[in-house]
Amino acid sequence: MIISNYIFIGLLLLVAMTFGLAPIALAHVVAPRKRSRVKEVAYECGVLTHGETWVRFRIQYYIYALLFVVFDIEVVFLFPWAASYADLGIFALVEMTIFLAILLVGLIYAWAKGVLRWV
Amino acid sequence: MAAIGILIKIFIVANVLMGAVAYLIWVERKIAAYAQDRIGPNRAGSEFGIPFGLLQPLADGAKMLLKEGVLPAYVNKPLYLIAPVIAIIAALLGFAVVPFGPVGPNQVMDFQIAPYVDIGILWVFAVGSLAVYAVILAGWSSNNKYSFIGGLRSSAQLISYEIPLGLSILGMVLITGSLDLNAIIRWQNEHHVWGVFVSPLGFIIFLVSAFAETNRLPFDLPESEQELVGGFHTEYSGMKFGMFFLGEYVHVITVSALTVILFGGGWDLWGLLPYLNYKDVGWIAAIAKLSVFSVKVAAVILFMMWIRWTLPRFRYDQLMDLAWKSLIPLALLNLFATAVVLQIVRG
Repeated sequence: MIISNYIFIGLLLLVAMTFGLAPIALAHVVAPRKRSRVKEVAYECGVLTHGETWVRFRIQYYIYALLFVVFDIEVVFLFPWAASYADLGIFALVEMTIFLAILLVGLIYAWAKGVLRWV
Repeated sequence: MAAIGILIKIFIVANVLMGAVAYLIWVERKIAAYAQDRIGPNRAGSEFGIPFGLLQPLADGAKMLLKEGVLPAYVNKPLYLIAPVIAIIAALLGFAVVPFGPVGPNQVMDFQIAPYVDIGILWVFAVGSLAVYAVILAGWSSNNKYSFIGGLRSSAQLISYEIPLGLSILGMVLITGSLDLNAIIRWQNEHHVWGVFVSPLGFIIFLVSAFAETNRLPFDLPESEQELVGGFHTEYSGMKFGMFFLGEYVHVITVSALTVILFGGGWDLWGLLPYLNYKDVGWIAAIAKLSVFSVKVAAVILFMMWIRWTLPRFRYDQLMDLAWKSLIPLALLNLFATAVVLQIVRG
């Protein structure tokens, strides 16, 4: 890895920020502004909003997030393995099979426990 | 001095992307119209003798700029304002490592914003997943029930489909032995075999996950206008609404380019045409490769638009089941099978 190659990405970040902020700034100057009480109400098809918005939501989302962390880390581990697989030989295959098997058992366990069922 | 040249190149690429996005929206509207037996936008530009409403993107842009950007009273203002900016930045940054033409020390020019970044594909995924922040922040900060539900759905969907997306390309990484997108194109060019033929299952999983990651139908649960009005961008109007659109379409272009690079051979055409070998240098070769690549990317984008008007939307539990109970086990199987076959072939 050579750091200077990442300078391009830094430059792109600058350009991207321009592309993100310029339209908002331009619209702020050009676009008309007519404030009114009715416009500022939350848009719910013309009916006044009822109760809190940020309520408690179902636990399922949280469980999927937990599962995601486990499997995403797994994918991160697999990338360097895959890139240098040609030089590693049969040992790498056996090792990765065991690794995948452990995670697969985890997925099957979650499945059998009914975690993946959206109720 | 060199930095200024690169900055100009980046600026040109970003502008071309934005122009492409503007016309993609026009194409999408035209396809939608023909799919529903309508004509679609055909007026803008007819005063100047320009047919087919080709000036529609200009009219759209001007309209978004000149509309009032309503700032509702109940939103969390800093997060509400920053969400569309994040959407654009994440989408543009993802394009940094996508090679849209020949790249190399002997070539006339590096057709890539950040050449020689050897982590290539990892960068696309790392930055691509930042897009979820834009959606969640927009959904949460709007303080609107539709937005909130849209943001929640979207976060669960995006993280679920990121896993099969990452796993599906591992097959190609195993075969080519590199994370660098240029090396992957070069491998396909050397062998005149496209990724779709050596890793067909990986291709299917990648394509399905890519649809979900870009929030395209049949996976547009975060927006699903019939049930959530506009999903996470219900409270957005004017230019801020337009920026979500721009970001989404840039994302579509990036994903289509990735599909072509990983599974469609990049600019390779099985040696049918001259100038399409990785050894060829010079302007003719560069333009030929750029053209072939652009045509392929356009074909993938048209396919995505075609699917949009062919398949109905998934139900939410079906969506999650598809990711966790079908795609992830299949992707693991694909990875394992590829590794075993490679081990046998290489002895």
